[in-house]
Amino acid sequence: MNKLVNILIDGHTYQVEEGKNLVDAAKENGIYIPTLCHFHEVNPPLGTCRICTVNVNGKTTTSCTTKVHEGMEVQINSPELLNTRKAIIEMLYAEGNHFCPSCEKSGNCDMQNLGYDLGITKSRFPHVYSNKSVDFNSKRMIMESNRCILCKRCVEQVKTNEGKNVFSFVKRGVNTNVQIDYHEEEKLTDAEAMHAMNLCPVGAILVKGMIYEQPFGNRKYDLGGTDKTPTINGKFSDRDTKNKYIVATTSLAGCFGCHMSLLDIDTEIVDILDVVEFNKSPLTDIKEFSKRCDIGIVEGGCANSENIEVLKEFRKKCDILVVVGECSINGGIPAMRNFVPLKECLEEAYIHGLTSEIGANIIPNHEDIPKLLNNVYPCNEIVKIDYHIPGCPPNANHIWKVIKNILLDTEYTINHEEFKYD
Amino acid sequence: MIINQSESQKTSLMSVLWDIQKKRRHISKDDITKISKSYNISRIELEGIISFYHFFHFEDAGKFTIYLNNAIVSKHKDFEIIKKTFEDEIGVKTGQVTNDLMFGLFETSCIGLSDQETSALINLHAFTNLTPKKVRQIITDLRNGKNLETISDYPKNNIQYTPSQEKTIFFKSYKAGKGLETLRNIPPEKLIQIVTDSKLKGRGGAFFPTGMKWKFCRDNEAEQKYIICNADEGEPGTFKDRVLMNTHPGLLLEGMAMAGYAVGATEGFIYLRAEYTYLLDKLNQTIEEFEQKNLLGKSIMGIEGFDFTVKIYRGAGAYVCGEETALIASMEGKRGEPTIKEYFPVEKGYLGRPTIVNNVETLCAIPRILEMGLEKYLSIGTKATPGTKLFSVSGDCEKPGIYEIEWGMKLKDFLDLIEAKDPHFVLFNGFAGECLSEVDFHREISGENLLAEHIQFEYKDPIEYTRKMSAVGLRSGGSFMVFNSNRNIFEILKNVSDFFVAESCGICVPCRTGNFLLNKKLNKIILRHGDKTDMSEIEEWSSIIKQSSRCGLGKTSTNCLLTAMLKFPEEFEQNLLADSDINQAFNIEKAVFDYNEIITENEASYE
Repeated sequence: MNKLVNILIDGHTYQVEEGKNLVDAAKENGIYIPTLCHFHEVNPPLGTCRICTVNVNGKTTTSCTTKVHEGMEVQINSPELLNTRKAIIEMLYAEGNHFCPSCEKSGNCDMQNLGYDLGITKSRFPHVYSNKSVDFNSKRMIMESNRCILCKRCVEQVKTNEGKNVFSFVKRGVNTNVQIDYHEEEKLTDAEAMHAMNLCPVGAILVKGMIYEQPFGNRKYDLGGTDKTPTINGKFSDRDTKNKYIVATTSLAGCFGCHMSLLDIDTEIVDILDVVEFNKSPLTDIKEFSKRCDIGIVEGGCANSENIEVLKEFRKKCDILVVVGECSINGGIPAMRNFVPLKECLEEAYIHGLTSEIGANIIPNHEDIPKLLNNVYPCNEIVKIDYHIPGCPPNANHIWKVIKNILLDTEYTINHEEFKYD
Repeated sequence: MIINQSESQKTSLMSVLWDIQKKRRHISKDDITKISKSYNISRIELEGIISFYHFFHFEDAGKFTIYLNNAIVSKHKDFEIIKKTFEDEIGVKTGQVTNDLMFGLFETSCIGLSDQETSALINLHAFTNLTPKKVRQIITDLRNGKNLETISDYPKNNIQYTPSQEKTIFFKSYKAGKGLETLRNIPPEKLIQIVTDSKLKGRGGAFFPTGMKWKFCRDNEAEQKYIICNADEGEPGTFKDRVLMNTHPGLLLEGMAMAGYAVGATEGFIYLRAEYTYLLDKLNQTIEEFEQKNLLGKSIMGIEGFDFTVKIYRGAGAYVCGEETALIASMEGKRGEPTIKEYFPVEKGYLGRPTIVNNVETLCAIPRILEMGLEKYLSIGTKATPGTKLFSVSGDCEKPGIYEIEWGMKLKDFLDLIEAKDPHFVLFNGFAGECLSEVDFHREISGENLLAEHIQFEYKDPIEYTRKMSAVGLRSGGSFMVFNSNRNIFEILKNVSDFFVAESCGICVPCRTGNFLLNKKLNKIILRHGDKTDMSEIEEWSSIIKQSSRCGLGKTSTNCLLTAMLKFPEEFEQNLLADSDINQAFNIEKAVFDYNEIITENEASYE
């Protein structure tokens, strides 16, 4: 064992073994530094994801590439660093297609877990809806490049027994992707192939037939997790509390599943009706706003011209806008059409599809039918949104806790089981 | 790290790839199979390496492969017209190859000819000061089978200014061996001391103390050490190293030999950017001459044990390879990705051995310091930065070209010297550098009173800024682009941003993704769809990229944007809309355009 040295982490002194990696040294002392690309078997460390960015002696650097030495001063959890870490994860969510509800890796995904961990509800960056290849050609593996975060674990770690690389980065910059060498891949043993899938921190590398080997609910991150206290972004000023709060709801390009969840608080709904009055909402069947609302609850993203109109109307008529569910936050299932040209979508639906009548040649249209947009957009790319509640659908308790939190200006803790939905 | 056989063999990979690219105009699937077998690597690894460098092609790039520089200085000249003329003449669009595989037309990042734009590289031969007429003539000549080299323009030096004779350091007469001669009386430790005392700092733009770097390398015991000259001058607007290598190749070789002598290295390499391939013959000839004169080889100058050889490596089009660890990776036949710097090159560099990587100008300065004597050298320039500095000047001025100036010159005087009329916006230190405006013009070009990095840009108020920054020197690797007040600042910033999106190696998230997303955001401002929220987001995102990127490329990629926002707030404000809760970039007409087209087309097919 190396000699012990003293280091200062967020103002506290710790004794750690000299030369040890900062992530591990902190961990031994019960301090958690979030990591994503970091993998204990890969040496030297990769340093590609930059999540573990900390401040060491006044300079920002990554902890996974830092070795501790005497007198080192480390800052891990300053507001600025927390924000940077969050932003990097959000960049990854915006860059690739991370639809957790339809991903095979859900529950075993390091990035998903980090999202929960850092309390990420949406990406501040506009979604790119990447359209990279999904490669089924190799014998045992699937490479889903739209989910790949280019951590480089597989490139450095998965080799044949002749020492050749099975994976490699190809191209550069924003076009970089990981590709599989089909020939070398065949030389891996089944265990090595499984290792490659497990090594992947997201759902980019999948082994055919082994994807559901471990059932959902029973996976690495399914049981852990911490509760969260949401922050309040805006308050009502001097509101007359004698009147009921007025709430409007709508479903844009969604499945009404979030509305179902909204109603899923059983008898509590009666209590809520004591303080809340619903205005425009499918629940009341009021079609037009008849007064200004305190809160607007929006489900679903924007797929057509009507969705846009309704959403803008909600923004204008509601003080606070809350979006619920995956579709409203990143487009969700409807946004999966963003990877197919609109023409192809419509022709498949009305002309060439299996359920179309033989000889069908009409794509229905009328001035009363809303026009489809070129892409499906998350709500926050159209108007400013105050609160995001992720989930597919979000848990009823989660939704109402947030709403109450906003209305009554009191602090609530959301339990991990309430916001973990997949 | 243990160096295995295959890793040391892979050092020849880049030159093998170049040979094939040159001969066949692309690297085919069969070639990949063959090469990967002979180097005992997987095909995909090789494809990964080839695809990293943009001068290597998987498909035939044409018998004559034409590259146009798309950097801003070229765009301000006649880039669009020249591009159009090339497209019309050869009959295909940029990015394509003619059906007869005769011509391929592509864009590339700055090719180091900013003082003679609009320029092009055809099979890496330079063609400068292009006009539509000249372009048509070139294409006709090539169709008629004229020799490419004879019709090409060997780039001019354009040395516009040197200080008085006794103060000039680089651009004065040179006699081979004069510097090396002095080593007879100077043991290696003393040489390092002289370099340290000269306060020479890395002239590529990083300004790491050269003497210290040499000392670190000397202190690391190893059987073999290496000297690498970084001639991958990729910073847009820089071309001083091209001129230095063209006029004083011998000086460079002497500098390298001296570095070898000082640290105990016997092998040296010049990593020459592919864009400067036309300098290859001259450099090789000089190496040969030096070997004949025993200025390279064994027991140089008759000094027992002073052995040194120089070989040339060629890059293949990747800005990031100017970063020393990426450069070394490239020489080792890998993708040019910067390392995490677990070890610095002076500890474990090329092939895992202690390595010095120095810029051309830095290495050329050393023989001159010895020739003229330390005392005299220290009397030139300023206290913190003695000597002279080379500047590559381009943009809106009457006299673009190379300037050797004494450190300490006022920026204002320098602008007069280059005859910049109406200077409004200066890109100082290239795209990775900072934006200077009128508030900076009275500052001096030197390394005096520098501020620590984190406090440099905190001043929001121009008057306050001027007061605090007036005594702070301006240091630069040598790129100096000046723009007058008629230029659109956003066009410049967009060009800078496009450059970093294209040249990021892609290995780390903030630089790869952050710059890509920032580029889109900048577009929003340019299209006048943004408001104050977008501006604060740009500021936040830029700082995150700067703070968390893996190497210097990412860390400096947003400098230009951040300083421009600071210095030209009015120009940004002019482009902003009033604050709104609605994203004003979203346009419903555009969003339903496709749908309307499809319906119209579908309705037409009813009959």
